[in-house]
Amino acid sequence: MQYTEIMVRYGELSTKGKNRQSFIDRLAHNTRQALRDFPQLEIKAHRDRMHIKLNGTDSKAVTARLDRIFGIQNYSPTVRVEKELAAAKKAAIELVKERFELGMTFKVNTRRADHKFKYDTNQMNDLLGGAILEAVPGIKVRMKEPDILVRVEVRIDGIYLSLGKVKAAGGMPVGTAGKGMMMLSGGIDSPVAAYLAMKRGVEVEMVHFFSPPYTSEQALNKAKELTAKLTPYTGTIKFIEVPFTEIQETIKHDLPSGYLMTVQRRFMLRLTEKIAEQRHGLAIFNGEALGQVASQTLESMAAINDVTTMPVIRPVVSMDKTEIIELAQKIGTFDLSIQPFEDCCTIFAPPAPKTKPRVDRAREYEQRLDVDGLIERALAGVKISIIHVGEQFLNQQQEEFADLL
Amino acid sequence: MIYFDNSATTKVAPEVLATYDKVSQQVWGNPSSLNALGTQAHNLLEQARHQVASLLGVADHEIFFTSGGSEGDNWVIKGTAMAKYMHGKHLITSSVEHPAVLSTMAQLERLGFEVTYLPVDHQGRVRPADLKAALRPDTILVSVMAVNNEVGAIEPIDELADVLRVYPKVHFHVDAVQALGKGVQSLFMNDRVDFVSFSGHKFHAPRGVGFVYKKSGRKLEPLITGGGQEKNQRSSTENLPAIVGMARAMRLLLEHEDENVRQEQRVRQVIFDHISSKEKVHVFSGMGPAFAPHILTFAIEGVRGETVVHAFEHEGIYLSTTSACSSKDGAGSGTLSAMGVAPELATGVVRISLDGANTLEEAHEFNTVFDRLYEQFKMINS
Repeated sequence: MQYTEIMVRYGELSTKGKNRQSFIDRLAHNTRQALRDFPQLEIKAHRDRMHIKLNGTDSKAVTARLDRIFGIQNYSPTVRVEKELAAAKKAAIELVKERFELGMTFKVNTRRADHKFKYDTNQMNDLLGGAILEAVPGIKVRMKEPDILVRVEVRIDGIYLSLGKVKAAGGMPVGTAGKGMMMLSGGIDSPVAAYLAMKRGVEVEMVHFFSPPYTSEQALNKAKELTAKLTPYTGTIKFIEVPFTEIQETIKHDLPSGYLMTVQRRFMLRLTEKIAEQRHGLAIFNGEALGQVASQTLESMAAINDVTTMPVIRPVVSMDKTEIIELAQKIGTFDLSIQPFEDCCTIFAPPAPKTKPRVDRAREYEQRLDVDGLIERALAGVKISIIHVGEQFLNQQQEEFADLL
Repeated sequence: MIYFDNSATTKVAPEVLATYDKVSQQVWGNPSSLNALGTQAHNLLEQARHQVASLLGVADHEIFFTSGGSEGDNWVIKGTAMAKYMHGKHLITSSVEHPAVLSTMAQLERLGFEVTYLPVDHQGRVRPADLKAALRPDTILVSVMAVNNEVGAIEPIDELADVLRVYPKVHFHVDAVQALGKGVQSLFMNDRVDFVSFSGHKFHAPRGVGFVYKKSGRKLEPLITGGGQEKNQRSSTENLPAIVGMARAMRLLLEHEDENVRQEQRVRQVIFDHISSKEKVHVFSGMGPAFAPHILTFAIEGVRGETVVHAFEHEGIYLSTTSACSSKDGAGSGTLSAMGVAPELATGVVRISLDGANTLEEAHEFNTVFDRLYEQFKMINS
């Protein structure tokens, strides 16, 4: 079936009162951004829904993108025909045939915006229903919960037919909830946390700590590629690399090993807070869950959190590991996350980190260090890049190799 | 020169050689090394694997690079024996397999395994009913080739697969060394098939490289243990130039598969039409869809195969006495004997094996030479 347009319905933003227009504008912007490489499309965002006119573009390619745009509750691929009964019948039959399997039931539901049209809604239901019954052997009518619901809208400019609604990503348009800094390691949890933050409308910027030569270029590329996996939800994502070598070396050299991890993470949080302030971020997000490793006890969280008053939000804190993995697989980050490159958290992991570190101890140890100097030098080395949809970092030689294969 | 011995080996394609050369000179790091050169080599290796997997329509992690067809056959058979001997020690194969399979089976027999050799019909094909009858509770492996290397018969892999559907634990191995690029991919990549072995030099890749498709979830013991390459299934530093060259050769082969198959059929038909009418000629390969397009095997009554090969070679035409691997020991063809061909005729067997690059002109020239030699041989066989 060659659909002519897609009708997109908004999610929660319908209830957002005054902010409504800015939400719609943001969603329209995100949608245009995500569909930028389909020049034939005409996208119009109205108050209650968005219309995407396909003008010959393959509807499947477009809906695959729509599936990932937060703020879209559902959509309906739709066919527009001229306001003639014969054309409507033909389209209705084609639509039903595409979905029909033996034993299925159907119902036609007509709405009329154009009250001058010569058939009223009941007549339209009867006429189209009759045509479908005749053309599709074995199909039955059912009023309550039919398998196939044919929606027909008679409007001034034509008759629009579709088969029910396709559920989309839901959530809120990315950007409508403000900006947050995401502490992205290379693991399984932080990309999932980033996804969940974006789902609630947060524009995230990735903050990644790297420690050459203790961590490899590949670990950095892995974090960038994980970021690229999340770009389809937003278009582009900023990636902020923070050099962490000096801090890690200093901590390792000067502090007892039981507090390495705690102090190290306090530094990360301090740095992220500073970056957030510089970049007008309102909160810090990370992939911490409760109880998996020593750093993730409540005591540890409290000892680390001590360095900032900025909200630290942990989207996966309530999830089981299996739930996190499931979601990571769904959003396509899992296979990448489990690739074994040392990152800065694993390589300086002390043999026996304190599971119940004390805040006062952590503060006391840090007094031995030049905290401000270390922070300042790390911030001076920050590098920011913009990551686009489909970018590859781990297999950069791909191009170079193309002529060999 | 006319080269009609492509089932023995093929000439390395110039593009493939260019790849081999470039990889040897420019991407020579060890894929297992952590340094940047190693990483670069690793990336290239995985891209080659991806290309091979995509061309077969399977997952990357189901492709394992080997040194060639014989190693692939040895690995799957011995690897199954080592992995499953606690469950049973019975294996089934056909009586017309390549020696890489038959000798491996014989070796396992000496270690206490039992092997059933399925007979074939007069065209060289296994009967599915025979497989059904041979299966036992202790059967661990069935190994049957896709295309017979001596007469070109296409084995009924799909029907054998159907028999094996009710024996989900039995490993099903297909030797597809002669079958890749011959229009039968859907046959040997049947979803019940667990392992398929391939050889690079049969399709214009260098010697010493091949690969095995191993279905995800199936277990084999490695044949070569060591540094843990190929997910610990096949240790040894990867032969990267050859592997990448093979991935390229495979792409070139399969991109033009339909044209190549049609060309081979046309050339083969011209020769078949000419020689099959001769009184003293016996043709063992059929022309229909039951035979691969590139193999035409025949014998001239009363003339030994090696005599025919040398006579043609004198005229610049290169043929073979069936399988090159076994053609020097002077024994008759194993496949032909299994097909019930009399020994005096079986020792006369000669194989023409084609490639998509062979031409109709070559076929006509072969026919002209054939007539001349046929007349000459009347001195000894009439």
